[in-house]
Amino acid sequence: MKNRKQLERWSPMLLLVAIVILWQIITSAFNVSEFIFPSPLRIWEQTLEHKATIAGHAWRTFWVTMAGFGIAIVVGVLLGFLIGSSRLAYAAVYPLMTAFNALPKAAFVPILVVWFGIGIGPAILTAFLISFFPITVNIATGLATLEPELEDVLRVLGAKRWDVLIKVGLPRSMPYFFGSLKVAITLAFVGTTVSEMTAANEGIGYLLISAGSAMQMGLAFSGLLVVGAMAMAMYELFSFIEKHTTGWAHRGSQSA
Amino acid sequence: MATESTSPPFVQFDDVWLAYNDELLAQNNFAVEAINLNVSQGEFIAIVGPSGCGKSTFMKLTTGLKMPSMGRIRVDGQPVTGPLKVSGMAFQAPSLLPWRTTLDNVLLPLEIVEPYRSQFKDRRKEFEERALKLLETVGLGGYAKKFPWELSGGMQQRASICRALIHEPKMLLLDEPFGALDAFTREELWCTLRDLWQAQKFNVILVTHDLRESVFLADTVYVMSKGPGRFVVQREIDLPRPRDLEITYTPEFTSIVHELRGHIGAMRKPGATINQ
Repeated sequence: MKNRKQLERWSPMLLLVAIVILWQIITSAFNVSEFIFPSPLRIWEQTLEHKATIAGHAWRTFWVTMAGFGIAIVVGVLLGFLIGSSRLAYAAVYPLMTAFNALPKAAFVPILVVWFGIGIGPAILTAFLISFFPITVNIATGLATLEPELEDVLRVLGAKRWDVLIKVGLPRSMPYFFGSLKVAITLAFVGTTVSEMTAANEGIGYLLISAGSAMQMGLAFSGLLVVGAMAMAMYELFSFIEKHTTGWAHRGSQSA
Repeated sequence: MATESTSPPFVQFDDVWLAYNDELLAQNNFAVEAINLNVSQGEFIAIVGPSGCGKSTFMKLTTGLKMPSMGRIRVDGQPVTGPLKVSGMAFQAPSLLPWRTTLDNVLLPLEIVEPYRSQFKDRRKEFEERALKLLETVGLGGYAKKFPWELSGGMQQRASICRALIHEPKMLLLDEPFGALDAFTREELWCTLRDLWQAQKFNVILVTHDLRESVFLADTVYVMSKGPGRFVVQREIDLPRPRDLEITYTPEFTSIVHELRGHIGAMRKPGATINQ
């Protein structure tokens, strides 16, 4: 039983190692050109070679993403609170928001460039635009699905709508909120990278484009690797926070 | 239907009708009709009837969550104009907050209802002691720091009743509170409720479809008919108090239950008219 648990814990690592080994074997065996598809070894070499450059671009992408994500949390929570607590606001805002969410956010980049110029402006805003929606929807759902009995229990005591929201609605929507953060942070990295590809002179997105046009495939791949690693690290961080703040909502998986 | 007491009734319904909205009102489609009721101070009443007969509507009227379309309701001498703060409520589902411990769940009303609300921070220690004492009396002494999901269904319901009583309400409203429990746990909780009521003498309005439960606990049982929702029978339960579970096996008890069952049975026959 214990071995099984250990296996489960390490399974993502094992799978990753297996894929890397397979990748290396295939590229070596078929002698694939590194301009087409570089081997893991080659990617690693290039990563080390350019580590200062990559680190610079990665840092830029990271803080830009966090800035956009920060705005997304503030706006997402406020908007979610509004449409989750008022039926009218829900009816009015929800359809429009769904339509907005269906628009490809990459399409906003040229417009944002006109407004804010090349640089951090478009990147932060793209990260924000792409990641606030899941936060809003989850907060609103958490608030809107309150049990009527619970509301009656409090209203009989003379509780105002505000009391019900603060004492019950908000804590109740916290698991939804943290769940949405995990989704939103990965989306925010997508937003930043996409924006940097066309509208920045710095950041991983820019690195990908310039490495690609210089045929430095190893470098391009290491750029992808870095974005993936950052997104995964942040996902794990929020997952950790979620477990330690709203454990009551995950008791099933904990006791199992 | 007046009860023979000299003090003014605690709950008084005077020809109360309720339609849920204006459309239904225009069609003369009422959820409850012509309710007349006088409950004296400290009386324990039970309302029984088939499901969907408007028992829960009656509760909402009593607490002021719903206003009657016609008629007047007075509680504790005051006309009911909005949610009453003198009552506590418990439902079939315990609906405890899973992120709060049992103790914090029980304390919740004190964070909302005045005058406790403004004193909550300063008198928290004192309130906690009161909650612990209350939990003790219902047999949850060691469970104050546990979370609701760590308790059994019966324990959760006990905690829910404590939550309804922590602000020392004058009236306790119970909407099928023991409906989801097994027979043994239910009988245990009957006794818990009986003891709490005997000690504190608040008013209780118990909505239930368990006739034995109503006869065991209540001073007066009202039978409600379905569509229209009206009171068709009022039955004083003159069994001696304090009542022990043993009483449920006596012939007197059984005959009262039987009699009430007869009224409900008669109502369930289509086209039956009730002479009362």
